[in-house]
Amino acid sequence: MEPVAPPRPHGRNPMVEIHKLWSVFDMPDRRLVIHKDLDLVVQRGEVLSIVGGSGSGKTVLLRQILGLEHPHKGHVRIMGQTVGQLSGRGASSRIGMLFQHGALFSAFTVLENIAFPLRELKTLPHKLIVEAAMVKLQMVGLKPADADKMPSELSGGMIKRAALARALIMDPPLLLLDEPTAGLDPDSSDGFVNLLRSLHRDLALTVIMVTHDLDTLFELSTRIAVLADQRVIVNDKPREVIAYRHPFVEDFFLGERGQRAMELLREYPFAI
Amino acid sequence: MATTDLTPRFEQAPAAQGHAVRLFGEWTAGQFARPHLFRDLLRTLPRAGAKLAWDLREAVLLDHVGAQLLWDHWGHRWPEQLEVLPPQRAILERVAQFTQVRPRRRKTRAKDLYLGFGALLLRAFDHLKGFVQLIGQLTLDLRELARAPHQAPWRDFSGHLYRIGAMALPITALVGGLIGVVLAYLTAQQLRQFGADAYIVDILGVALVRELGPMLGAILIAGRSGSAITAQIGVMRVTDELDAMRVMGISHTYRLVMPRAMALSIAMPLISAWTTVAGLIGGMIAADLSLGISPLFFMRALPDAVRVSNLVLGLSKSVVFGILIALIGCHFGLRVQPNTQSLGQGTTASVVTAITVVILVDALFAILFSNVGI
Repeated sequence: MEPVAPPRPHGRNPMVEIHKLWSVFDMPDRRLVIHKDLDLVVQRGEVLSIVGGSGSGKTVLLRQILGLEHPHKGHVRIMGQTVGQLSGRGASSRIGMLFQHGALFSAFTVLENIAFPLRELKTLPHKLIVEAAMVKLQMVGLKPADADKMPSELSGGMIKRAALARALIMDPPLLLLDEPTAGLDPDSSDGFVNLLRSLHRDLALTVIMVTHDLDTLFELSTRIAVLADQRVIVNDKPREVIAYRHPFVEDFFLGERGQRAMELLREYPFAI
Repeated sequence: MATTDLTPRFEQAPAAQGHAVRLFGEWTAGQFARPHLFRDLLRTLPRAGAKLAWDLREAVLLDHVGAQLLWDHWGHRWPEQLEVLPPQRAILERVAQFTQVRPRRRKTRAKDLYLGFGALLLRAFDHLKGFVQLIGQLTLDLRELARAPHQAPWRDFSGHLYRIGAMALPITALVGGLIGVVLAYLTAQQLRQFGADAYIVDILGVALVRELGPMLGAILIAGRSGSAITAQIGVMRVTDELDAMRVMGISHTYRLVMPRAMALSIAMPLISAWTTVAGLIGGMIAADLSLGISPLFFMRALPDAVRVSNLVLGLSKSVVFGILIALIGCHFGLRVQPNTQSLGQGTTASVVTAITVVILVDALFAILFSNVGI
């Protein structure tokens, strides 16, 4: 029998490999092509940010990586395996996903939410599951007293933290983030970015995120992939991406709102 | 199951080397997903307190769950001799730092039950108060309607009339017709024993026109539209639409409650008449088949058997049922908290309450008008 756990960061395959991907949605009146022959490779240990205009298919791309959408053509491989091979039992030990609004189960407490993937394995004792969930809960900066709260009692930042703890409960090597700092005030946003950075360092995570927030983008990314014209027009280090000549890139990074964030690029050599 | 080199396992050195324990394989949650593996590991891991030497350097991977297992096994203490790689130590230290004994949940005591009962009573009282307020507000809105009838939300009204009334016709006809058939067959069995076959018209007529038609219609509409009303208004609460409306200075009761109550007060008697007719047709067919009473005789005997006052009573009951269902649906919808769980609870409570109230009010009518029409 094949081992349940996947090859880990020491393996040779790239973490994510997308080849000639087509995403097509059939509308009643027309056919909407979101991605056309899209190629993207994410190496292990990277923090890749996907940027693009609204409707350019950033979230659809995340959903393709997760296997929530089926490719029309082309294929998506994660650690050399197809998404189908990776889903199913113990999937949270392979990919963690932080949804934009947290997607915490509203009927469970925070602790039950975090422990849910472990409990579903049905092989671990209750005591160990609770302890492991408490460790993750505190690792993402929540207090032990928050464990018994219901998701409806949490603030936006706490929901994101709890959802992150749930995504990380089985220490997956790949973490996907959809707008991790959207809807957070600047303080919580900074705190969340710092948390993500330290987790990336400590757990040797590969992170793929979709974000509009330029501060987050430059503080975290080791690479930026720009989605436009139904494909990835450039996928490179932040400095190279800014220098790329394309109307979208110029408007996004060199427009007025880009200027302030560019300051950060000088302050945080980490990002380069 | 085949043991691959990723399977978490351990070896214990002979006594000469101090029983040192060396770990191999992946000590991760993904590996522990295998059946029995975790239990077997726990059973066989040597438990010699802190005296034993542990060597984790040959373990391919150690994640937080694996570290938690070891930490628990060590009794929440560091063993005296421990050989680990730096990343493993970081994970173990994090687990050691954050592991703590959770306080046990308090057991429920008699006082909690007493307080819970009190809270239940207060909540019921609060619901009653809210309901009375809703009726009061609706009365004020009706005054507003009378003052400026051309400004009333007639579009909403006709939309609700269509969705609550017209769309419910097939299901109410089906249920009404089938109940008529069942009732006719059951009574036919009894009546045949006494040779009182002709009385089936009286029994079916009175039962359906006075009781079953309005009741069945009301219960179906309570389930179908009462829940829909609560869910619609509840979703508006979850998505802040209700607050947006209030900010625009538009009254919830005027725009949301009143059109629904008006639509149901008109649709409900029509639905109940429709259900009654369907039931009578079903009963007529069944009577023809089981007792040989021809539809012609059935229709001729019906006006003599059932006085018009029964029909009036049935229809006026339906008006009351309709208004109650709408008000209960709106009441629970407006009380939904802005989270999805509360939405589900509110919808369930709304349907249960609406059906219970319909049956209660029906019993009240039966007592009050016991000498009318029979």
